[in-house]
Amino acid sequence: MTNHLAVEMKGITKTFGDLRANDSVDIKITKGTIHAIIGENGAGKSTLMNILYGMYHPDSGTIYINGNEAVIHSPADAIKLGIGMVHQHFMLVNTLTVLENIILGDEVTGALNTIDKRRSRQKVKQILNNFDINIGLEEITGTLSIGTQQKIEIIKLLYRNAEILILDEPTAVLTPQETDELFKTLKVLKAEGKTILLITHKLNEVLGISEFITVLRNGKVTGNTETKDTDKDQLAGMILGGSFESIKRKQNSPAEEFILEIIGVSVRSDKGLPAVKDLSFEVHRGEIIGIAGVEGNGQHELIEAICGLRDYSGSFILNGKPADKDLPVAHIPANRHKHGIVMEYNLAENVLLGREGEAEFSTGVSIKEKALRAYTERLIKKYDIRPAEADLLIGGLSGGNQQKVVAAREMSKHTDLIVVSHPTRGLDIKAADFVHSVLLEESAKGKGIILVSSDLGELLKLSDRIAVMFNGKINAMLDSATTNEREIGSYMLGLSGSGGDKG
Amino acid sequence: MEELLTITFVLQTLRITIPYLLPSLGAVYSEKGGVVNIALEGILLSGAFAAAAGTFYTGNIIVGTACGILAGIIIALIHSIVTITFKANQIVSGIALNILAFGITKFFCKILFGSSSNSERIPGIETLDLPFNPFLLLCVIILGITYFTINKTRFGLRLRAVGENPQAADSLGISVTKVRYLGVLISGALGGLGGAWLALDQHSYTDGMSAGRGYIALAAMIIGKWNPMGAAGACLLFGLAESFTLQFQDSGIPTQFIQMLPYVLTIIVLAGFIGKANPPAADGVPYEKKD
Ligand SMILES: Nc1ncnc2c1ncn2[C@@H]1O[C@H](COP(=O)(O)OP(=O)(O)OP(=O)(O)O)[C@@H](O)[C@H]1O
Ligand SMILES: [Mg+2]
Repeated sequence: MTNHLAVEMKGITKTFGDLRANDSVDIKITKGTIHAIIGENGAGKSTLMNILYGMYHPDSGTIYINGNEAVIHSPADAIKLGIGMVHQHFMLVNTLTVLENIILGDEVTGALNTIDKRRSRQKVKQILNNFDINIGLEEITGTLSIGTQQKIEIIKLLYRNAEILILDEPTAVLTPQETDELFKTLKVLKAEGKTILLITHKLNEVLGISEFITVLRNGKVTGNTETKDTDKDQLAGMILGGSFESIKRKQNSPAEEFILEIIGVSVRSDKGLPAVKDLSFEVHRGEIIGIAGVEGNGQHELIEAICGLRDYSGSFILNGKPADKDLPVAHIPANRHKHGIVMEYNLAENVLLGREGEAEFSTGVSIKEKALRAYTERLIKKYDIRPAEADLLIGGLSGGNQQKVVAAREMSKHTDLIVVSHPTRGLDIKAADFVHSVLLEESAKGKGIILVSSDLGELLKLSDRIAVMFNGKINAMLDSATTNEREIGSYMLGLSGSGGDKG
Repeated sequence: MEELLTITFVLQTLRITIPYLLPSLGAVYSEKGGVVNIALEGILLSGAFAAAAGTFYTGNIIVGTACGILAGIIIALIHSIVTITFKANQIVSGIALNILAFGITKFFCKILFGSSSNSERIPGIETLDLPFNPFLLLCVIILGITYFTINKTRFGLRLRAVGENPQAADSLGISVTKVRYLGVLISGALGGLGGAWLALDQHSYTDGMSAGRGYIALAAMIIGKWNPMGAAGACLLFGLAESFTLQFQDSGIPTQFIQMLPYVLTIIVLAGFIGKANPPAADGVPYEKKD
């Protein structure tokens, strides 16, 4: 009976201070299946998986792998047992090449412990071919897109021949096309008899690919079901412990007046190649402009240019005045760890980031500690950030809760222009919905918003117009009331449109 | 003047470069792995003292050199225990060890040689008598090995990973502690060897003879952007500057001006030529497991 279980975790409890991140969790994973683990932000999903992978040590509980009790003190133990994990926050060494990152810790060596590059490369190439993945092995990892980095993480597991694969929110950072590719890979792996534990907040994905589902809530298991016996509403109920009504799509329509005019802007990529080519469009007061596009078509560079993080040619006109380098803009960046937060700072300090000069928080000489604290506590409450403690280091927060901190800070800035990239990445359904409602609120106040997202549903729900970027230009400017995912998709791939600028 | 600027000048420059180069390469090992090792100054000094003492008692410069290396390793071991195992601040530990090394060498110098300012004369290496300088040969070999180790071997790859993103390395089953210890211990050995050269070159130990070379070696490593070849180039530059100082001491140019040269050079090079230097991302940061 037990030997068809790849993993069994019994009575797992893990506390951080007074916080019970896992509370006597029992979970059984059948060999050769895809098992989804879902739950709110902070429910304890990552903690449980980190315990299985030996990164965290449980206070109590037992783990069985393939029916045998296992002692997993470190990732090294887990790897020996055939367990591999793609972490919610990637574990890549940015300065190393792709090949070096893949082989790290399990290197093919020759005489004098030198790395046998030829054989390593062969071994990795074989995997790339098997799964039809294309990555330059000599590229420096830190310069690659998040989607590519994700692939590298998965190749790392395959390289180690992991039999039990843990994927902690792998799709949060992927475009729909990349997600499809990933799921194709996962199905192949399952067919080979591998066991996959998948964490995601996207219920469509859960229903589409998994066979079993376990729901966590406040550290406890609140549901266990076969996927075929459940549906979206029931899952949402189990996740949230009650029903939940999501917001309606954007109601207000934009004013005539422009907040931002982008005129003939060109931007170069990290590699110095033209990424945005002579692009122009306007953002009206009260308007949300969605930006769609397959990653690498210039969205990222455009956003960085607007936010003053990258050089450009052309001009930005803000509220009728030509703007110089420093546009006052609120910005939720795509990669929160790189640009959004400082892991060694507490919540209040992270809320202060980039706002140190505002009179609300500064006397001109020192920080108004009390005011900052009160302000942080208000944001914590409004955004339901958990645990609700202003002086907690942000590194101890779950991924979704870190994202809430960034969103809370940026959306409460007093700027006319808000630029957001993937604002709901990693958020649970309720938190994502809340961020949507704040974006709509801010636009109703007359702010202009540029929203980059790979979630077309999100774009359609929030935007007035959707600019589809292809090859550094706007391939189509679509009215979101009349377009649909299919149409956007074909412009994204350049199947329709001229590739010319219609803005 | 003309002929002075030839062979003798080159040999002198190389001779002066050695005690910069060895600790500088040591620093590469340590810092690539994420541990700042300013204890190299004290390591250099202790290495010099131990080498002098060892040579004095055995009459054998090879045994003496081994003593120097050992002394360097011991101080590096203390630095590792304090900063890697107990995760103390690396700068503070380094400074404390430097102070300790200065005191201890003085103390033992008095006991062994009856004077706290210098040792008795010891057998050493006559650079100019030999067709080649064995230490110089050693330096070239070590430079080659270091370049190779850092860039081509498993240990080098792991060292770079551990200094850049220790958590990633940990997640792949690599022991961050072990790799960092090894890096620091190697830096101790190389620093100790550099110290041995100082004593053997002068045929004696004099109090405080490291004279800031450990710090300059660190600066050279930074100028060299944490790369062995770059560090070697920077050390050579310092050696050259110092050699000029000696050369032109009585040439009519004010000596103060000449003596400024190495420092001016450092500042110019640091400010102007190397551009932005990117240290390993986790350099100086103790690794704390999340648990
Ligand atoms: N290293 C840590 N130190 C302190 N608290 C932690 C630590 N790791 C997790 N926690 C806490 O444990 C709880 C569970 O976190 P966990 O990361 O497992 O959530 P999650 O279900 O993965 O959420 P998300 O969907 O947002 O990623 C959270 O309240 C979090 O703040
Ligand atoms: Mg998580």
